Amino acid sequence: MDYREPKLLPGDLAIWLFIFMELLVFGLFFIVYAVMRIQNIEMFNHYQLTLNRELGAANTLLLITSSYFVVRAVHAIRVDNVKKCIYWIYAALATGAGFLILKSVEYSDTFAAGINLSTNMFYMFYLSLTLFHFLHVILGMLILFAVAIKAQRGAYSAQNHTGVETGASYWHMVDLVWIILFPLVYIIR
Amino acid sequence: MKYESQGIAKMYFIAALGLFLGQIIFGIIMGMQYVVGDFLFPEIPFNVARMVHTNLLIIWLLFGFMGSAYYLVPEEAERELFSPILAKVMFWVFLGASVLTILGYLLVPYARLAEITMNDLLPTMGREFLEQPTITKIGIVIVALAFVYNIGMTILAGRKTVINVVLLTGIIGLAVFFLFAFYNPHNIVLDKYFWWFVIHLWVEGVWELIMASLLAYVLIKVTGVDREVIEKWLYIIVAMALISGLIGTGHHFFWIGTPDYWQWLGSIFSALEPIPFFMMTLFAFSVVNQRRRDHPNKAAVLWALGTAVMAFLGAGVWGFMHTLAPINYYTHGTQITAAHGHMAFYGAYVMVVLTMISYSMPIMRGKKAANETAQKLEIWAFWLMTLSMVGLTLILTAAGVMQVFLQRFSEDPLPFMVVQDELKNFYWAREITGIGFLSGLFLYLYSFFAKGKEVEFEEEQLD
Repeated sequence: MDYREPKLLPGDLAIWLFIFMELLVFGLFFIVYAVMRIQNIEMFNHYQLTLNRELGAANTLLLITSSYFVVRAVHAIRVDNVKKCIYWIYAALATGAGFLILKSVEYSDTFAAGINLSTNMFYMFYLSLTLFHFLHVILGMLILFAVAIKAQRGAYSAQNHTGVETGASYWHMVDLVWIILFPLVYIIR
Repeated sequence: MKYESQGIAKMYFIAALGLFLGQIIFGIIMGMQYVVGDFLFPEIPFNVARMVHTNLLIIWLLFGFMGSAYYLVPEEAERELFSPILAKVMFWVFLGASVLTILGYLLVPYARLAEITMNDLLPTMGREFLEQPTITKIGIVIVALAFVYNIGMTILAGRKTVINVVLLTGIIGLAVFFLFAFYNPHNIVLDKYFWWFVIHLWVEGVWELIMASLLAYVLIKVTGVDREVIEKWLYIIVAMALISGLIGTGHHFFWIGTPDYWQWLGSIFSALEPIPFFMMTLFAFSVVNQRRRDHPNKAAVLWALGTAVMAFLGAGVWGFMHTLAPINYYTHGTQITAAHGHMAFYGAYVMVVLTMISYSMPIMRGKKAANETAQKLEIWAFWLMTLSMVGLTLILTAAGVMQVFLQRFSEDPLPFMVVQDELKNFYWAREITGIGFLSGLFLYLYSFFAKGKEVEFEEEQLD
């Protein structure tokens, strides 16, 4: 019988080290944001209202949905259904792309209004935090895409699917960061 | 040596060590000028000694990187170097250009050098570390492109490993970012801004890739640990180095006239810059602990571990000390910067090149490891150089703290030169550590010629 030690963390341990470091970067960023917000509460509250919450909320839904899709992909490969696994990964990629499109629409409005990093401290944080996250969405999608291609080549099975779990773990991190970022920057008053 | 063309590394390493010796001698001259102002004046003014000291450092490290790449890449790619002739020709071109440039600094006044080399046509001279005449800079670009081409073609045609791909990425980056040396805007803020694209993105960006891949290569060789494990570490270290290092450039933009947001971006991202160095330390020690064999070259293992520790201290810890904008407001350009610069360059780049030399030189001379006496001397030299550098760094840090308080932080700040006079004792002590370092270097160079009993080991342990 194929017996494997129950693992503490799904996927490759290395990705968890990386996820931990990424969370450290974002965590530090969030703390600095929070401290500066306390010191400039009125300015932050004022400019927060100019953000497009509807698009932000839609993006939150997109990322949560896409996280659900990668969960389905991992479940599919655990029962050896490679085809379904690939299908769900592409679904996750599509929702990820949806996020990028909506965010680009939001950015184009922001930039059209003549706002940039130097406009004020609130926009500096808003732009740099979301742009940094935007780059992570792209990186996460590249990782998922690489996993999808490997899956198509038959690299994964019910016995061996660490790669799928690894990609999924990273994608959940990208989602998690947005779930904190969205209320922090767009909503909390 | 598995491939004949790996032997080209030898000439690069010998040139590197020769220039290294020159660098340290000029460092000691300059250290003396700190306390005896007219020492060797007018033959070697302070600004010239400084230029020679820093330029030689860059040049010999480049020789070291190139030598390392020529040694490592054929073995990783499992084929001979694409063009050994090109590598040899470029060696002489680069050495010739370097020696002429240094002689130019020493023999003619800098302004005259600019005239002779027709700096007017494309002015690029006169900026710290990029003092080279334009013609030398063009030479550097040609050498770098030929180097990238040679290494790139070898890798493309051969086996692609994580190590040689990371190394190639590093050297392409090195070549690309150097191009900013040719951009010399009139606006002094813009000038400084893009100047850092060369300086920072070299040492805190692409050079880190070169360093990580060299270290990983030596660790695979001396420990026999699975490539897969080492490659995973390499991925994470490189990712972290780039995430923190690229935007970390901002820590140079705090007080030079750039937009305010750099104070935030620079502080946040560069606060994370110690992480990849810390991981390199963890990496080196965990890999050595899991070793599958005891390599006869003990000195190389020591250099590899030393690199990881000293890079973390010098680049990571000493960098972090003054990387936050409010602290940097007081400390920039003081002896604290000098302390950080010395230990970071030594710990990260000098030591990684010496690690490669220590590992590969005996092999290129026909044995697995240097003889017992030579290794013993090399290990002594390691400690002498490293401890001297630790001493030098601590002394300059103390001097820097005092400088900040007397010159910038106090209610009643003193003028620069008055403060320098107050620091005299520190500078004397620093000169002593410098001489300690030079003796270590002499011992190190001598170790290559020492004769003694060959090291015994089981042949089948090694690949």
